[in-house]
Amino acid sequence: MSNEVVDMITVVIDGFEVSVPKGTLVIRAAEKLGIQIPRFCDHPLLDPVGACRQCLVDIEINGRAFPKPQASCTIPVEPGMIVKTQLTSAVAKKAQEGVMEMLLINHPLDCPVCDKGGECPLQNQAMSNGQSDSRFEGTKRTFEKPIHISSQVLLDRERCVLCARCTRFSEQIASDPFITLNERGALQQVGIYEKQPFESYFSGNTVQICPVGALTGASYRFRARPFDLVSTPSACEHCASGCSLRTDVRRGKTLRRLAGDDAEVNEEWNCDKGRWAFKYVTAADRLTHPMVRNASGELQEASWPEAIAAAAAGLQKTSAAVLVGGRASVEDAYGYSKFARVTLGTNNIDFRSRISTAEERDFIASTVVRAKTTYRDIDRADSVLLVGFEPEEESPIVFLRIHKQVRKRALKVTAIASKLSIGNEKLSANFVCVAPGSEATALPSVALTAQSVILVGERACESAGLLSAIAALAEKTGAKLAWIPRRAGERGAIAAGAIGNLLPGGRPVADASARVDVAAAWGVTSIPSSLGLSSDEIIAAVNKGTIGALVVGGVDPLDGENHHEMLEALQKAFVVSLEIRPSAVTTLADVVLPVAAVTEKSGSFLDWEGRSRNFEAAVVDSLQRSDVRLLSMIADEMSKPISLSTVKAASKEFASLGNWDGAPSALSLTSVQTVSALQANEALLTSWRRLLDEGSLQQGEENLAGTARKPVVVISPKRAASIGVTDGEAVRVSNSHGAIVLPVLVEAIHDDAVWLPRNSRGSHLLATFGVASGAVVTVVKD
Amino acid sequence: MTQLTPVLSAHWDEKDSFTIAGYKRHGGYDAAAKALKMEPDAVIQLVKDSGLRGRGGAGFPTGMKWGFIPQGDNKDHYLVVNADESEPGTCKDMPLLLANPHVLIEGCIIASYAIRAKYAFIYIRGEVTHVVRRVQQAIDDAYAAGHLGKNIFGSGVDLELVLHVGAGAYICGEETALLDSLEGFRGQPRLRPPFPAIAGLYARPTVVNNVESIASVPAIIAHGAEWFSSMGTEKSKGMTLYSLSGHVTNPGQFEAPLGITLRELLEISGGVRAGHQLKFWTPGGSSTPIFTSAHLDTPLDYEGVSAAGSMLGTKALQIFDETTCIVRAVLRWTEFYKHESCGKCTPCREGTWWLVQILRDLESGKGSEADLEKLLDLCDNIMGRSFCALGDGATSPITSSINYFREEYIAHLTHGGCPLDPHAATVFASAKAGV
Ligand SMILES: Cc1cc2nc3c(=O)[nH]c(=O)nc-3n(C[C@H](O)[C@H](O)[C@H](O)COP(=O)(O)O)c2cc1C
Ligand code: SF4
Ligand code: SF4
Ligand code: SF4
Ligand code: FES
Repeated sequence: MSNEVVDMITVVIDGFEVSVPKGTLVIRAAEKLGIQIPRFCDHPLLDPVGACRQCLVDIEINGRAFPKPQASCTIPVEPGMIVKTQLTSAVAKKAQEGVMEMLLINHPLDCPVCDKGGECPLQNQAMSNGQSDSRFEGTKRTFEKPIHISSQVLLDRERCVLCARCTRFSEQIASDPFITLNERGALQQVGIYEKQPFESYFSGNTVQICPVGALTGASYRFRARPFDLVSTPSACEHCASGCSLRTDVRRGKTLRRLAGDDAEVNEEWNCDKGRWAFKYVTAADRLTHPMVRNASGELQEASWPEAIAAAAAGLQKTSAAVLVGGRASVEDAYGYSKFARVTLGTNNIDFRSRISTAEERDFIASTVVRAKTTYRDIDRADSVLLVGFEPEEESPIVFLRIHKQVRKRALKVTAIASKLSIGNEKLSANFVCVAPGSEATALPSVALTAQSVILVGERACESAGLLSAIAALAEKTGAKLAWIPRRAGERGAIAAGAIGNLLPGGRPVADASARVDVAAAWGVTSIPSSLGLSSDEIIAAVNKGTIGALVVGGVDPLDGENHHEMLEALQKAFVVSLEIRPSAVTTLADVVLPVAAVTEKSGSFLDWEGRSRNFEAAVVDSLQRSDVRLLSMIADEMSKPISLSTVKAASKEFASLGNWDGAPSALSLTSVQTVSALQANEALLTSWRRLLDEGSLQQGEENLAGTARKPVVVISPKRAASIGVTDGEAVRVSNSHGAIVLPVLVEAIHDDAVWLPRNSRGSHLLATFGVASGAVVTVVKD
Repeated sequence: MTQLTPVLSAHWDEKDSFTIAGYKRHGGYDAAAKALKMEPDAVIQLVKDSGLRGRGGAGFPTGMKWGFIPQGDNKDHYLVVNADESEPGTCKDMPLLLANPHVLIEGCIIASYAIRAKYAFIYIRGEVTHVVRRVQQAIDDAYAAGHLGKNIFGSGVDLELVLHVGAGAYICGEETALLDSLEGFRGQPRLRPPFPAIAGLYARPTVVNNVESIASVPAIIAHGAEWFSSMGTEKSKGMTLYSLSGHVTNPGQFEAPLGITLRELLEISGGVRAGHQLKFWTPGGSSTPIFTSAHLDTPLDYEGVSAAGSMLGTKALQIFDETTCIVRAVLRWTEFYKHESCGKCTPCREGTWWLVQILRDLESGKGSEADLEKLLDLCDNIMGRSFCALGDGATSPITSSINYFREEYIAHLTHGGCPLDPHAATVFASAKAGV
């Protein structure tokens, strides 16, 4: 993969030779031989501290022995090194047993009631590397039992072995140094600053890497013993970062999710949303039975055959289009894509159930389908440019990866935005402050090389001309480009062709040979040749009467700017809704088909890199109601089969299609909008969604919601002075549709801009304003 | 009979020894002016040639330490003076600073010039308010006199000297913990490498030296390396402050050539308090294994003390006569280590917590002889297993006292408590008795 030359060093450990790259720590070299040196503070992704002293071994270098045992987690291998671990050195063995005995003197006898019991490194290593008896007869140190250090993390200081993994993670990886070690001696303890709880988007990782039960998650506490859990490797459905996860289920119920290991993607981390937002799956209002609107206009539970027949009948009658949200798995998206073309005979399909533009669709077909930028490219980049993208909020693992390089080698980060974010501050980003809508004008000032990486978010489409300017910039500089959508399914939906200008594998609809390709693979005579409509156009067409039916999968009307039109269209059209919970769509639908949530089905996502992220069903759903299976049944009923009766079949067929190797479509330049002049009280709206907000997949998890950043209105010092407000005072932001009143935060933001969270408590911009960015709003003191 | 060699303490008896005028009366700041006319490397070489070894405890050659600072690296360099003096028994730096703060300032000028540092810091323990005030006044006076700040002595050399007051933690005397504390963090020792000479304060090349080490430098510049190395023994050169405390007639500072013996020092200081005999003593503070009267003729230099099984440390000679209960003394020291353990590493943090409990039981006559083996085994599990030398030091009094006074430990068990009268060991005991 790379041609970097690595110096190898050979050392002898317990009599066995092993060669490892220069710089490898002795504890890691031993692992390579299968020799497990006990440890607590050591963690491969954190800087060594050598605090717990559990990993002591005897070392000699070229015949010269260290006078005392050394911490193998802090010492890199050297040529001529001979290491004796507990297996071959009596001194090392006694040292380790001594440390273990001391670690246990102040440890409470909590194992029977401790969440960690059964998967606890302290329990395990006390058994493998400790003595059976303790000689301690004195008094143990005690603390008040667990204290909340945030609404979702509890700390039991008696159990803590003071390894500083949690504090190092928070400082080194997340750059959220909200927990520290305080006090000294045996009273040393983890603590928070009293005025600032441990509200980090990544706090759950500390619970996972705590080697004892000192840090526990409020939601999992006392729910299970590890040996009662069945674990399934999964992929996270919350964003496009692509975290590998592990889902732990007990008697059919998901009790927790942990970050999985994937060195290429999430390393060993994930964010708190991915870890703790899974209660929506077991929400009391989960749809369980198909429903069909009866003669009197009411939705009524129906049998599956009835519902499928009703769906087929309705769709057969009129011209139909497909709206599929950005959360579908690749297999389901492929099902929708094929269903539109083969069964409905149309290219009218769009996964972009959010603010979207024609420029973006062109950008996707011309540029995104070709993008090969990966996490590794961030590791090697000479600089990273962020446009319309807030990594910490919108793709947190991308944030961690950039941060890793910022910390390691002061990677240069430039952010073109209207407001400086907490995340970009942590990346020490060079903040290029522009008015909302003027992002493109700042592009020429950024120096880029072929080693640079441009990360552009889905919000870039909200600024006319920006995406085409970025594509041109990447072309000119040779910089690597990646488009990072927020939702986990978008990149897969593009690959599956769930958009009007692309067929599966990035094949342009406009290209005749591409159509022939797909038609042949699908065994149909032809694929419709006219470009499909976008989601906005589909909705307009329904309202005009040219489209009569909609198949809607996982779409929230409030995600778009035109939700009034959307609701009108849902009312007008014959709607088949595939959903997991009741929504504005199901309420208006004619046929509702309950489908499986991610934990209940198998499948895959493509992360922002385009990398496949597979998941297995963690909870068995006896009906295997993956969308693709239901679509296949409707297609059969309509006698235009898509023959995808299982996820496996869909995935196999999709893979066999491969990627388009012909020329991608070209991107025409869209011109940049000019911003209108503002009155004194007016500002241009800018916003993004916070990682933790009122998103529907986060519902039902109050502990998680408790750590969300507080909703505020952000304005510049100049504007604050002009309207006479200071931090914390109420400010009213309004347009002709509605108004939002929130406390103000005066910060680094463009003087012409006002920022609000897009979908947080008390701040639902699309529902209230009908717009979310670039529009003129009025800002006054409330 | 070795004679005292007052150099640092030569003028402490003068009323104004601490003022800039008093200091200058005896040639103060002439050495700095002289050094600033030399090549910096020549200054380092001179200090190397003198054989000066660090007076903070470990005895590391000072000139060599300065020589480790990479030169021409385009980075700021820092000098940090360790004035945290917290080791039980150690009490030389504070009197020195009280009586003659300018000698340290002059030393800072010379050392900073040698290592090419434009900033120097004095990290002083927070409890000694009177010393803090005096040193700050001296610094202000030195600035006013043009000896600090821009263009010192018109030499074109700049030096800013900052006094930083610690918050009272023994561990902040450990040089890397000191650097963390100086940077504004909680003081805990850092992982080495990198050593301070490469990445110290704010990750820049840094020299950390004890007050007495730096204060010794002006005299070396003034009188030459040969003068300095003519004092002391083969590998332990020069004069140094020996601090006598405890059951001694005239406690205080005694400046003598390295290698003097306790017998000689006791003679000079009037001996163990009248009517009593020496029972045990520390050669270099509580972290150094204790000695007994068998060691009265041990040369108090680095080699001599270590050959006899202890360490010269800070030359803090705490003298205990036969009225002192060894178990009680060791327990008090151990309580100190437990209180001062920074908590970073398991053996010291948990070990001192445990040791105290066993010693308390022993002092009150509880336990059995097997507890002595347990104590020794615990010390074996702490010594050399801890992250820094504090943990090692905590074991010294215990292992050495059991070595020399096992019988007295056992006597506590057979006696059901301490067989000695604790009041007899106090100052007021002898006062009352009119001895
Ligand atoms: C627990 C501990 C406490 C220490 N306290 C002091 C101190 O108070 N003053 C001091 O000069 N050195 C102290 N030291 C030694 C310093 O780490 C360091 O070696 C010394 O300041 C170097 O100066 P020198 O080379 O001039 O001796 C301490 C070391 C340890 C391990
Ligand atoms: S809470 Fe856990 S991770 Fe943090 S220091 Fe304690 S034992 Fe280590
Ligand atoms: S970063 Fe994204 S993929 Fe990873 S756990 Fe969080 S939400 Fe899931
Ligand atoms: S030995 Fe360990 S716990 Fe003790 S002071 Fe040093 S680092 Fe802290
Ligand atoms: S694992 Fe090596 S010191 Fe903790």
